[in-house]
Amino acid sequence: MEHTIQTTMTLNGVAVTRPIPARQHLVDFLREEMGLTGSHVGCEHGVCGACTLRVDGRIVRGCLMLAVQANGRKVDTIEGLSDSGELADLQRAFHEHNALQCGFCTPGMLMAAQDLVASRPQATRDEIRDHLSGNYCRCTGYHAIVDAVEEVLISRRGARK
Amino acid sequence: MKAPSFAYAKPATLAEVFDLLERHGDGAKLLAGGQSLIPSLNMRLSSPGVLVDITGVTGLAGIKVDGDTVRIGALTTHAEIERSPEISRHLPLLAQAVKQVAHVAIRNVGTFGGSVALADPAAEYPACCVALDATFVLASRNGERRVPARQFFKGIYATELRPGEVLVAGELKATGAGYRSAFLELARRVGDYAIVGVAAHAKVGGGKLADVRLAFLGAGDRAMLAANAAAAVDGKAYGPDVVKAAQDALAKDLAPPADLYHSSATKLHLARVLTGRALAALAA
Amino acid sequence: MNARAELPLHAPGTQVDKGYIGQSVPRPQAKRLLQGRGAFTDDLRFPRLAHVVFFRSPHAHAKIKRLELTKAAKSPGVIGVFDGRAVAEYCSPWIGVLAHLKGIKSPPQYAIAIDRACWQGEAVAAVVAETRAQAEDALQLIEADWEPLPAVIDMDEALEGKRVIHPDLGDNICFKRELDTGGVDEAFAKADVVVEETYRFGRHTGVCLEGRAILADYNAAEHTLTVYHATQAPHMMQDIFSRHLNIPEGNVRVIAKDVGGSYGIKVHVYADEMATAALSVMLRRPVKFVADRLESFVSDIHAREHKVKVRLACTRQGEILAFDLWDLTAIGPYSVYPRTSGIEGNQVVNLTGGPYKHKQYRARMQVVFTNKNVCCQYRAVGHPIAVALTEGIVDLAAAKLGMDPAEFRRKNLIPDDAYPYTFASGIKFEKLSHHRTLGRLLELMEYQQLRAEQASLRKKGVHRGIGLAAMIEVTNPSPAFYGVGGARISAQDGATIRLDPTGMITVLCSVTEQGQGAEGVFAQIAASAVGVTIEKVRVITGDTGVTPYGGGTWASRGAGIGGEAVLQAGRALRSNILDIAAVILNLDKAELDIVGNEVVSKLTLESKLPLVELGRVAYFRPDTLPPKFQSELTVTRHYTPREYGFTFTNGIQASYVEVDPDTGFVKLLKHWCVEDCGTVINPMLVDEQIRGGVVQGIGAALFEECLYDAEGQLLNGNMADYLVPMAAEMPDIVCAHIETPTKQSELGAKGAGEAGTAGAPGAVMNAINDALSPFGARVTSQPFTPEKILQALGKV
Repeated sequence: MEHTIQTTMTLNGVAVTRPIPARQHLVDFLREEMGLTGSHVGCEHGVCGACTLRVDGRIVRGCLMLAVQANGRKVDTIEGLSDSGELADLQRAFHEHNALQCGFCTPGMLMAAQDLVASRPQATRDEIRDHLSGNYCRCTGYHAIVDAVEEVLISRRGARK
Repeated sequence: MKAPSFAYAKPATLAEVFDLLERHGDGAKLLAGGQSLIPSLNMRLSSPGVLVDITGVTGLAGIKVDGDTVRIGALTTHAEIERSPEISRHLPLLAQAVKQVAHVAIRNVGTFGGSVALADPAAEYPACCVALDATFVLASRNGERRVPARQFFKGIYATELRPGEVLVAGELKATGAGYRSAFLELARRVGDYAIVGVAAHAKVGGGKLADVRLAFLGAGDRAMLAANAAAAVDGKAYGPDVVKAAQDALAKDLAPPADLYHSSATKLHLARVLTGRALAALAA
Repeated sequence: MNARAELPLHAPGTQVDKGYIGQSVPRPQAKRLLQGRGAFTDDLRFPRLAHVVFFRSPHAHAKIKRLELTKAAKSPGVIGVFDGRAVAEYCSPWIGVLAHLKGIKSPPQYAIAIDRACWQGEAVAAVVAETRAQAEDALQLIEADWEPLPAVIDMDEALEGKRVIHPDLGDNICFKRELDTGGVDEAFAKADVVVEETYRFGRHTGVCLEGRAILADYNAAEHTLTVYHATQAPHMMQDIFSRHLNIPEGNVRVIAKDVGGSYGIKVHVYADEMATAALSVMLRRPVKFVADRLESFVSDIHAREHKVKVRLACTRQGEILAFDLWDLTAIGPYSVYPRTSGIEGNQVVNLTGGPYKHKQYRARMQVVFTNKNVCCQYRAVGHPIAVALTEGIVDLAAAKLGMDPAEFRRKNLIPDDAYPYTFASGIKFEKLSHHRTLGRLLELMEYQQLRAEQASLRKKGVHRGIGLAAMIEVTNPSPAFYGVGGARISAQDGATIRLDPTGMITVLCSVTEQGQGAEGVFAQIAASAVGVTIEKVRVITGDTGVTPYGGGTWASRGAGIGGEAVLQAGRALRSNILDIAAVILNLDKAELDIVGNEVVSKLTLESKLPLVELGRVAYFRPDTLPPKFQSELTVTRHYTPREYGFTFTNGIQASYVEVDPDTGFVKLLKHWCVEDCGTVINPMLVDEQIRGGVVQGIGAALFEECLYDAEGQLLNGNMADYLVPMAAEMPDIVCAHIETPTKQSELGAKGAGEAGTAGAPGAVMNAINDALSPFGARVTSQPFTPEKILQALGKV
């Protein structure tokens, strides 16, 4: 028997109300019901980071949160943050450094990178690696990702001066 | 890997939580951060009839300092502990340990109470709580009772929690003057469960270590307090001989089970190495 | 028509402008991926889409005595539950053998196992339902009675053959090969120094972040099948779906959308994917299968389980005389189709010792069946083994002679002027640059300073190691790899290039994209060849209904083979455009050129006619052109390498590590790779391929192993227990290039996709052993876990 719960969340700035099966995790809900396929499923046990999303301003694993737990909360996905322009400098840096190849880890990686850049503006290369240590990338070997994030940190620091 | 079907309830009070636990018995599971529960559901390792989401119950989160007691609400997230000036100041051992817990995205959601109640032998908080001789506050329909951390952990994923009980807080004594802490863990990759780790705490002064506590994670079926190793150092002048005595004595305290990649002998060896490094960090 | 372009790429005397070739242009295709607006196979939505999950054997080897499917069939949302016999009515079995691997044998494999399961994880039933969750619910209602059979797990026991997995085959040997140049025993007898070592390589797997994904859509009205498939080789799959599902080839269309990483994992035929396609035909509706992470670990191909004994003979001056090796490698219970599971071992025989100029070589190799997951080609196929063996034993010999490892290599690397050269194993090198790359590497890494730093830190109890690994790598293969054995795997590729009316270029190419940048590279080549700016170019790959027929991506062939086809097509299109321009302008074609989207005067570069105007006239106003004139603005060219069976590249890597002798932990301080892959079309993309490949190799060296117990149960099939490299532990990786173009194509590009993975494990192993050398300790069994290092040090 499928137990559904009427759930309301603010999704990319828009209020959304749906009856959601209690067992459905947040990233499946976003992908299957809301057509937001930019967040990806890589492991469903919280290790790979492909599903990284933002809930109430903090990055979380979308596969480790029940969609019904997003009730009353603010959810931001890669699509929303792309359209708002919040990720624009990171996306440009990633592009120019080829910090993505297949792109499957990229939305989650950008979420984690944005979290770092916003919360640790003085981060070193080692600290960048540390903060991204929960996001698996098989294609790039991480070096270009670190380069791209470092460039954004430097440029945001410069912009603040 | 889709979870099996379950019902879901989000009570607003502890009384409602107790009702649900009583009504559903073994068929109910408490959901806090979900960072350990939900993977197990996705992998169909458990099949509860109902998840009782306690994150809506007021009064279970937050860090409060009352005299020399620091009370950590069960629903306090790892991230809140990491950011807390109170924890930094009064529980430096925990402040060091929390940085080793998984990754940022997990720390934003996972809770202190969830980690303690799960009682994974490789988790950070149980070892810290055992080292610091913390007390856990367990609430039920019948009221609250307090259980020392050193009695709370019974085995792998096994605790003193009785059916119908909810862990609501941990109470830890603020680190006193002259005390130092060191939390060290060995893991193949940042954020992994530790192969072996140690929560070390002692009073340091005049080149001596006193009131030494060494609690190991990943070295038994629960956080292991190494009493013999601590005794070998306690009250003595810090130096290589004393460290070696502690490392030798460790064999009386730990018989670590092997894991997928490390034999029991390797784990004991690594525990010895960490003992040396922890003592050096305390004495530095 | 296959007329060559009439004009040279550039007029004689003018400055050669390579256009975008050699430039680090960011990939246009990356933009959608950066916004989460890609289209991976699991992102697609279809009416009546059904989902299939598989009931998988919990036993490594067991007879299926009874399968009770009726309860599952009644579960909510279930469309049907099917066993192997039901699916076999729609999908014929296959055998993974090829004629050129003499003696290779394997039993037939069915889309869903019938009567017997041969590895833990093999699918024995399929549940199709409206949603994946409902299908998984139903799985739990399937009842199965098993009769466990003895499982063959250990490779030595498999070889010994007391228990034979497939009695009809007589033994557990899938394939064996022996090579002997002769004179080997004599070389060893007269050698001053003989060193011997046995290396072990742990079985591991690709762990693509996107699980294997297939969505098969059968149209019963037309008897057509469209398969959206995360595959590297759509035409190969078109052929296979056609033959095994009995649908005419032209009625099968395979489309590879965005693919979330592949590295060879997604170039093979998987039983559960064939079953998915068969179920779509049976049920007459779209059916999707995506391997979740737990099932990926037990069903994605594994690779690289080897035990190799190597001996090297050399003179006291350090001249290598001979290599002698015995390689035993364990695969699953079937040789995988259609490329066979004999190729990896075969490559170890072909490639060991490859950079060096010795003449005597002997190799014996056996591939044995076991009741573990199936194995097949995974990025760098065989090279990581061959390079580690070679470079490990070379370091051992150098150490025995007290010779610096770089110096020992310099003495033995094939000279840069010795080409063409036939190596001891028979493989032919067109032209390599071992000495130049070695020199560049030592300079780049500041080798002497590192040695000095190492020496001074050792005195302080800090143990660092430097490891080198020279390598050769197979790229741009001809049919010698598969075609000659009877496989319908194309070694040629084609590109169609078209000028559209508004002056944009569309390129259709049969090579596929999984993130390495094939589409970006083709855009650069096409823009350069035609004379347009790069934002005018669109590239379409991965659709058998649209592109020319070709091989797809594997064996590092995309840029070299697909790129050449694009170049030739682009040049031909340029010529055709200038034919039209000549008649429009009433000028001599020889006076014209195309630069920056405009037809210009070749001499003055003055603009004569924008392409957007030429397009308008050619497509909409041909009435204004001379009476007999026909415009041809779409051109197709194909290309396959003809002279060399394999176009070898060369490179050399170095690893700098610090080993903690108390914990056995290895810290990777830095990594370098100097690679010669011929013409470098996009240095940034090549560097990134190398870096990604290096980290994959590091994974094998330090972290990754599929751990099986004695009963054939996979113990660590999840992301927490199977360790893949994450950002915090990885070093910065410095890349540099030497360019020795191949003369087999005008582009001159060789391949680069696998080089990183080929050399990294050997370099890291040598670095660890270099760090451990003051202790007299060595490690030879990958992955090099802390425990193995502590054991070598005698601490546990």
